[in-house]
Amino acid sequence: MSRLPITKTPKVYVGGAFIRSESARVFPLKDASGEFFANIPQCTRKDLRNAVEAAAKAGPGWAKRTAYNRGQILYRLGEMIEARAGEMADAITLGGATPAAAAREVAATVERLIYYAGWTDKYEQVLGNVNPVAAPYFNFTVTEPMGIIGVIAPDEAPLLALISLIAPAITSGNTVVALASSTQPYPAILLGEMLATSDLPGGVVNLLTGFRKELISTFATHTHLRAISAVVNAEERKALALGAADSVKRTHLRKAEDKHDWLADSAQSLEAIRETLEFKTTWHPVGA
Amino acid sequence: MPTLTAKKMSTRLSRPAPELIFGDLWEFDPAPESADPKLKARYELFIDGKFVAPKSGKYFDSINPANEQKLAEIALAGPADVDAAYAAAKRAYDGVWGKLPGRERAKYLYRIARLLQDRAREFAVAETLDGGKPIKESRDFDVPMAAAHFFYHAGWADKLDYVAPGRRVAPLGVVGQVIPWNFPLLMCAWKLAPALAMGNTVVLKPAETTSITALKLAEIFQDAGLPPGVVNFVTGAGDVGAAVMNHPTPAKIAFTGSTEVGKIIMRALAGSDKKMTMELGGKAANIVFDDAPLDQAVEGIVNGIFFNQGHVCCAGSRLLVQESVAEKVLAKLKNRIRTLRVGDPMDKNTDIGAINSREQLDKITRLVAAGVREGNEIFQPACKLPAKGFYFRPTIFSGVSMSSRVVREEIFGPVLSILTFRTVDEAIEKANNTAYGLSAGVWTDKGSRILKMSTELKAGVVWANTYNKFDPTSPFGGYKESGFGREGGRQGLLDYCKLV
Repeated sequence: MSRLPITKTPKVYVGGAFIRSESARVFPLKDASGEFFANIPQCTRKDLRNAVEAAAKAGPGWAKRTAYNRGQILYRLGEMIEARAGEMADAITLGGATPAAAAREVAATVERLIYYAGWTDKYEQVLGNVNPVAAPYFNFTVTEPMGIIGVIAPDEAPLLALISLIAPAITSGNTVVALASSTQPYPAILLGEMLATSDLPGGVVNLLTGFRKELISTFATHTHLRAISAVVNAEERKALALGAADSVKRTHLRKAEDKHDWLADSAQSLEAIRETLEFKTTWHPVGA
Repeated sequence: MPTLTAKKMSTRLSRPAPELIFGDLWEFDPAPESADPKLKARYELFIDGKFVAPKSGKYFDSINPANEQKLAEIALAGPADVDAAYAAAKRAYDGVWGKLPGRERAKYLYRIARLLQDRAREFAVAETLDGGKPIKESRDFDVPMAAAHFFYHAGWADKLDYVAPGRRVAPLGVVGQVIPWNFPLLMCAWKLAPALAMGNTVVLKPAETTSITALKLAEIFQDAGLPPGVVNFVTGAGDVGAAVMNHPTPAKIAFTGSTEVGKIIMRALAGSDKKMTMELGGKAANIVFDDAPLDQAVEGIVNGIFFNQGHVCCAGSRLLVQESVAEKVLAKLKNRIRTLRVGDPMDKNTDIGAINSREQLDKITRLVAAGVREGNEIFQPACKLPAKGFYFRPTIFSGVSMSSRVVREEIFGPVLSILTFRTVDEAIEKANNTAYGLSAGVWTDKGSRILKMSTELKAGVVWANTYNKFDPTSPFGGYKESGFGREGGRQGLLDYCKLV
């Protein structure tokens, strides 16, 4: 007689804790063959605001970590995913990916984290510089994280695309509130468990599941989100840009209708880090 | 005799040397600048390398805010003129400028810098007449700095492979730009130089009260042989600006102006693929610690808020003084302000010139009245103001709270609000407690504290033991609602290119 397995109740990872939506709403997730798989939290605008609050609490501490330490933590996250690669690949196949494609996506995700782990203590050396002003001042430009970044992941590549948007933001000390793929949310649920064991402080990455149409207006207008990094359609781009104007929020909106090769090296870059940085210039007199 | 010595000493201590109060006690002889600004009676639009009449045939007056006299007529652009300007810019980009090797673009920019230096005094006088700023500022700051921006960016044009390490950059195409009236020529240079160095072509609208130096700069473009259509100037008010921003042609728009208008532009462009740079308002904190060299700090405070009549987006309009030295700083500041010479901008001794327009004077007057109604303590020196023209006395508000309107709102005039703090953390908290984040100043003798403050202040530019310093090599731009993108330096170029 076969044993009835214990199924996992999906919870989202917010503020370092695994929570259900405050609304207690869920939506059913089916596997590729159409069978019921699990109920996924249908997060609300209130959940999003709570997540922003958690990100705000974690922000200053994360930004103050040394670049070396942030690099090790991103690397550690890679280790955590690598160790559970099979389980993660299974989560990706739920959405219909072949086992080989799912394995490729997991491997690429780990590689992406290692790529950004290496940037933590280098991007500053490449992006900042001393400016030779024509007066007796020591003038230098450095970068600073913007603060809390709102991430809206595309439906496809539910793990790799999500990480490709989150990783460059946290490389520099930003914190993130991310909305996972609506059609394939389960890899993000599993990612939360890996984040929790990666030494990443709670609240640095907050993952929500649910529906864009319910959450996009709050992503657009929440004043504490200083930038939005998203893969969205034309209507969503307009809504985000309109709302962003209220607080002069930075928007980096990639087109959902374009083909994105998330596996390619072009999906990772120094520029992706720069998009969530501010440049700060300091003038200091030179003299006795 | 020891007792007598002691008595003498105590008398000396209790009665400090009287401050030298210049103000109206000493009359300065007038020292007017007399160079010829070589103004035309009428300025046309500059489209496709030529000065052309607006299709509507309409013109508006540009007046001298120092005496309200008409200086010249400026063409009023309409939508058809904006179309023509963009068509010329597109032709110039596709046909010439976008294909020109960087070293050739560089040579044009170098020429422009040199020709501007040649005519520096003429431009300085024109700038002061049109905008009201003291001649010593337009002569020593605006015009030389504008030339420096062209010279600096010229050298980038053939070195663009070094702008974004590991990547190649390409121009965006046609760029639309709208600039403010506080530094008319300099803002022109800030906007044009990086755009042109990168290989873009431009349609630019100057502010309606200060179009003259842009159109004089167009004369230099002709003299330099700049290919037609590379830069086009359309003149007029906000509706022309909107036509420039909302036009379908530009791949990027760049705006310097108020946060309010910046938001309107962001909303208007929502859903478009246009890149944007926004250099918006500010309400900078200028923070004085008790160990600061106070006399030097007072000079910096004065320069921070009264430079260019306070028409500066990065003006140090919120003074934060550590409580233990607050009274001393306030007393020194009042004495210093009494010596400021307010009046004819063309006089070489003038410190504070004319407010740029009646509209701006009204706005400053309204906000200062609100500050008085709120019960803040106001100080203004008893200086004489010219009978005609737009002038406002340097003003300080003390005893203000963080919630006061004069602390929250950008006044864009010679008005300083003074707050106090006790600890470093309180200074940081108060400095950052604003929607703006353009700039900040820190005055302290302690190096580690400067770096701590610079790290914690949410502002794009931090001046330590100095204020209001600018340089083409030094990126300028804001955090939060002060906008995004940088102007100047290597980082400024990133906003005028795409990575390929």
